[in-house]
Amino acid sequence: MSSIRQEGKDKIIFVTKEDHETPSSAEFVEEDPNDPYEEQGLILPSGEINWNCPCLGGMASGPCGTEFKEAFSCFHYSKEEVKGSDCLEQFRTMQECLQRYPELYPKEDDAPSSQTSEESASAEPSGANAAAGFEKDSDPTRPNSESSAES
Amino acid sequence: MSTGPVGGGGDNLKYALLVGAAFVGGITYAVITIRGDQERHMKRIAEISSRKQKSATKQPATQLHAEPHAAESTKMEALPEPKSVAPPSPEDSSPPAEVAAPGAETAFPSESAEPPAADSKPVSPTLPSHAPYLLIGGGTASFAAARSIRARDPGAKVLIVTDEADLPYMRPPLSKELWFSDDPSVTETLRFKQWNGKERSIYFQPPSFYIDPEDLNSAENGGVAVLTSRKVVHMDVRGNKVKLDDDTEISYDKCLIATGGVPRNLQVIERAGEEVMKRTTLFRKIEDFKSLDKVSRNMKSITIIGGGFLGSELACALGRRSSESELEVIQMFPEKGNMGKVLPEYLSNWTTENVKKEGVKVITEALVKTVSYKDDKLEIKLKDGRLVKTDHIVAAVGLEPNVDLAKSAGLEVDSDFGGYRVNAELQARSNIWVAGDAACFYDIRLGRRRVEHHDHAVVSGRLAGENMTGASKPYWHQSMFWSDLGPDVGYEAIGIVDSSLPTVGVFAKATARDTPKAATEESGTGIRSESETEDTASSAVASTTPAPPVEHKDKYGKGVIFYLRDKVVVGIILWNVFNRMPIARKIIKDGEEHADLNEVAKLFNIHED
Repeated sequence: MSSIRQEGKDKIIFVTKEDHETPSSAEFVEEDPNDPYEEQGLILPSGEINWNCPCLGGMASGPCGTEFKEAFSCFHYSKEEVKGSDCLEQFRTMQECLQRYPELYPKEDDAPSSQTSEESASAEPSGANAAAGFEKDSDPTRPNSESSAES
Repeated sequence: MSTGPVGGGGDNLKYALLVGAAFVGGITYAVITIRGDQERHMKRIAEISSRKQKSATKQPATQLHAEPHAAESTKMEALPEPKSVAPPSPEDSSPPAEVAAPGAETAFPSESAEPPAADSKPVSPTLPSHAPYLLIGGGTASFAAARSIRARDPGAKVLIVTDEADLPYMRPPLSKELWFSDDPSVTETLRFKQWNGKERSIYFQPPSFYIDPEDLNSAENGGVAVLTSRKVVHMDVRGNKVKLDDDTEISYDKCLIATGGVPRNLQVIERAGEEVMKRTTLFRKIEDFKSLDKVSRNMKSITIIGGGFLGSELACALGRRSSESELEVIQMFPEKGNMGKVLPEYLSNWTTENVKKEGVKVITEALVKTVSYKDDKLEIKLKDGRLVKTDHIVAAVGLEPNVDLAKSAGLEVDSDFGGYRVNAELQARSNIWVAGDAACFYDIRLGRRRVEHHDHAVVSGRLAGENMTGASKPYWHQSMFWSDLGPDVGYEAIGIVDSSLPTVGVFAKATARDTPKAATEESGTGIRSESETEDTASSAVASTTPAPPVEHKDKYGKGVIFYLRDKVVVGIILWNVFNRMPIARKIIKDGEEHADLNEVAKLFNIHED
């Protein structure tokens, strides 16, 4: 049974679990998936990569940003049967760059790359691994706050 | 380079031997390092290519790549050291590297490594006279903008100019997590434990992320350079350039002003004289954290003046310390309860009781009349006659937005909220944007406002960066904020949360499990990680079996509070209810008139974890 109290301009309602069990009658305004103002995820509606996605951490903006963008773009647009197999050079260049900044891109062990034999899977994890190992720094205590979406 | 020796021939010989030995040692070190790097690199390439069975023709090409890159890496490794130790001097980047580096050994490799990498390293050791993207201020908003610009403009060259000596860092841990750390060297490391248990530094990025300002123009792929301990004193909007406090001029294509603000002080303290000022802390920066930490270990009594976010958080942090030491922590403010300007009265009162439980002596409705220094103590006299004696004062009475450049730049300052007046897209004038604490902007949904929260700095900084690279997007994604005041009170909020607005609060009839601490332990989602020395009162009560709903004496365990303006929800507080911010954000964005807010509250599932 919910109880309602009024303290001046402030209304206070106490509700039990049962009170809130019935579905809500409140309605939301329908979302527009193509809303240009909204924060986008990793892939934009146009199919392009959103380099500003918080999920990428600072990968696209750091000292190896250019290399990362090239490697990841190549992978994203790769039409090969084994996706990304035509991007070995770009990933190699990126790896070289990442190795130059061990402080920024701490070397995760090679475990993920040995999981599958496919080129794409091995190229992707080493890049994405670096992205995952890269600290998402915008919000220290509230991960859900700043759309730091899982990559 | 050091000058020649003054001594006689014998000294000359010794000197030559020393130089020779160090040089040989340096070369040896460089060669060993390069070899090692090359080996590691070759191993990786071999591994990848063996999988793909690529032809061996690729190998020699990458081998050539390895040399200059490896050489550069030795130089890079030497550089981050001096960068974090001292602000880079404009004249020469190499001498400071030598001087500040741990020993002659490491200094010389950077020199010897230079020749092979010479073609990729700049020749002129001076500050850039032009920066395509100039960011004034080196805080959260500025860093977020830098990131955004780099993500969107490939090869962008971004120069951050800050009057602080530190690289960009985040402020919330300075009044929260850093105080709860077990590590006795936390004032040096500035590392804290995040919500997910992982440790991180308050610095957004380690020094190796940035490039030297001197190298900015020649950097092939651009980068972010930070010029520390330098203040922009004059802005020439017509000429698109700024002047620093050392008379250096830097021109720009796009400029961001993210100068934040300066803590306000009480007039009575400013008038009270040196002895009082010496014992007063205005808290905002890393150095303030360090000095307050020291004070809390050496003084017997600290008084915090101010009952808002910062004051209350510091009070709770210090209050927790007081349980381990003899420290007396007093908090005083004019309102009737903590967060009196934010929370509706009933909740503010409840919060105050919780702050008191943290070991803080709270004095409400306190207006300071005078402060004086007598008998080695500070005496605070209140308007109602009460007298408080203490050793140190922390004034947390608000932030004065820094609009020093408004005059020279001819930028408008807002008279209601303070700060630079900008439009919905955070633009002040062509090529000039403002973000963070200093920006008074137009929020399409909520109207003109100025927000002093961390997430807003991130959101607005990022948006400014987007618009500086051609996006033309208005402030749309609503930022949020949060506060934790002890283990029993934690909330997240969004929108306009002003206690003068009518509110509707919907609370669950509380069970014992409903606290940030209990929620952390149970759900495992880890809202925030707490140190082992945490007060364990609530953990004794928390259990994994469903507890029967009890009428807790703390009535306001969990709930949602809606703030209304003309019947539309403009602000929401999620009270001890976590991970539901997207729902709250949607409600604010819709801006609808809801007939029954209890129905809206249902959407939050406050009874669940």
